Amino acid sequence: MHAIHAMWLREVKRYLRSRVQIIASLAQPMMYLLILGFGLSPVFQQAGQGNYIQFVAPGVVGMSVLFSSVFSGVGLLFDRQFGFLKETLVAPVPRALIMIGRTLGSATNAVLQGTLVLTVCIIAGFRPASLAQLPLAFGFMILIAIVFAALGTAMGSVLKDMQGFQIIMNFIVMPIFFLSGALFPLTNLPPVLKILTSIDPLSYGIDGLRTELINISHFGASLDFTVLTIAAVAFISLGSYLFSKIEI
Amino acid sequence: MIRVHELVKTYGEFRAVDNISFTVPPGEIFAFLGPNGAGKTTTIKMLTTLLKPTSGSLTLDGLSPATHQTEVRKRFGIVFQDPSLDGDLTAYENMDIHGVLYAVPARLRAERIESLLKLFELWDRRDGFVKTFSGGMKRRLEIARGFLHTPKILFLDEPTLGLDPQSRNQLWGHVKNLNESEKTTVFLTTHYMDEAERVAHRIAIIDHGKIVAQGTPDELKTQTKTDSLEAAFLALTGNSIRDESANAGADNLRQFTQMWRR
Repeated sequence: MHAIHAMWLREVKRYLRSRVQIIASLAQPMMYLLILGFGLSPVFQQAGQGNYIQFVAPGVVGMSVLFSSVFSGVGLLFDRQFGFLKETLVAPVPRALIMIGRTLGSATNAVLQGTLVLTVCIIAGFRPASLAQLPLAFGFMILIAIVFAALGTAMGSVLKDMQGFQIIMNFIVMPIFFLSGALFPLTNLPPVLKILTSIDPLSYGIDGLRTELINISHFGASLDFTVLTIAAVAFISLGSYLFSKIEI
Repeated sequence: MIRVHELVKTYGEFRAVDNISFTVPPGEIFAFLGPNGAGKTTTIKMLTTLLKPTSGSLTLDGLSPATHQTEVRKRFGIVFQDPSLDGDLTAYENMDIHGVLYAVPARLRAERIESLLKLFELWDRRDGFVKTFSGGMKRRLEIARGFLHTPKILFLDEPTLGLDPQSRNQLWGHVKNLNESEKTTVFLTTHYMDEAERVAHRIAIIDHGKIVAQGTPDELKTQTKTDSLEAAFLALTGNSIRDESANAGADNLRQFTQMWRR
């Protein structure tokens, strides 16, 4: 337990100390919210789907949780490069505990980042449907963060250098984001896209956030919760396994 | 304390460590010398559970690093060849996280961190971020950290690389003290022959993955009919520089095999 706490605390400290990075990573979600949001608003309205800013804000929050949890998880690569990884690999602690501590730390950072983005969304004009459901929205944020922080750690365990990071970004993280329905409704999609979106775990996270924030639901909150929980357990197991196999 | 028998580590065709055997009794300072790429670090990695051997047996304090990882990890401390500190944490935090991972009780942890940081003259900078430290300071911090959990065996992989003569002198002083007062077994590698001659009880010389000679510094000098350890070392390993090519080759192969194993 002490080991999990120590690794968690380390991740959170590192995040809170990187103020410039926190601010910089707000830029991308803001572009999606403000430029895409206001840009597509008239079309969205004409199609009878309501206010696009309202629709896209939960997606932008989910996106920032996705990106910051994956990046934080893949931070393992930096530790490999700068050497701290070795220190944790020779420690007399089961590697699974080290991995879980790291993952929970990364997830905490992602939830903090998501909260920050949600706050900025509200300042920009987004209005959650009901304050009573906000805690549930946070619940979904936490689940998304754990799922993708574990995935990030799993990927970081396999990759050897920073070049692999680009591949992960382009071939795993971006598709997860675009297929999640963060930017468009999941109704009436072509069959292929329908299948792809329904196997993307983030779809359920975004849907959960939308259910709790603006009362629009595609899969239903209980299915969202179930899928995310299963994905979290699966990725944590996979990540612990891969992390315990690291040789330097 | 350390027992290695017919140890082999291969990467594809490349034999990084080729059938080496040696023992280090408790309380001894044992130096492992060899040119770059000879297999020193690979051997240390196998002893410290970071790599699995291809064949052969090795035990630390009677336990195999391959099967009793956690138990073995409790018993040794290591100062790696390249840095292993977290630059975004302070010196104190780096020490503290190490203490937690090695289950040093909180009170004792605080005491030992204070005394070690004072000993290595880092106490005044305990709240400074490690990324702002000079190379020598980082090195001293790593060494202080290696002592924190009072290991039975201390591995030092070229610990004095990049240190000034003062710090080197001081470091070996501490190592000798610790060895004498706590009977810590020390396994070290270095390129500085004078250091090995000064601190090591026994020396093994490794080249191309094989041990070419082992014994006390005097025995090695007698064996090669030379008058200094440096001359003995050169007599045993030759004058040619295989240096980076051998090293880079091993690294490339290692990366390549690791990439395709998964």
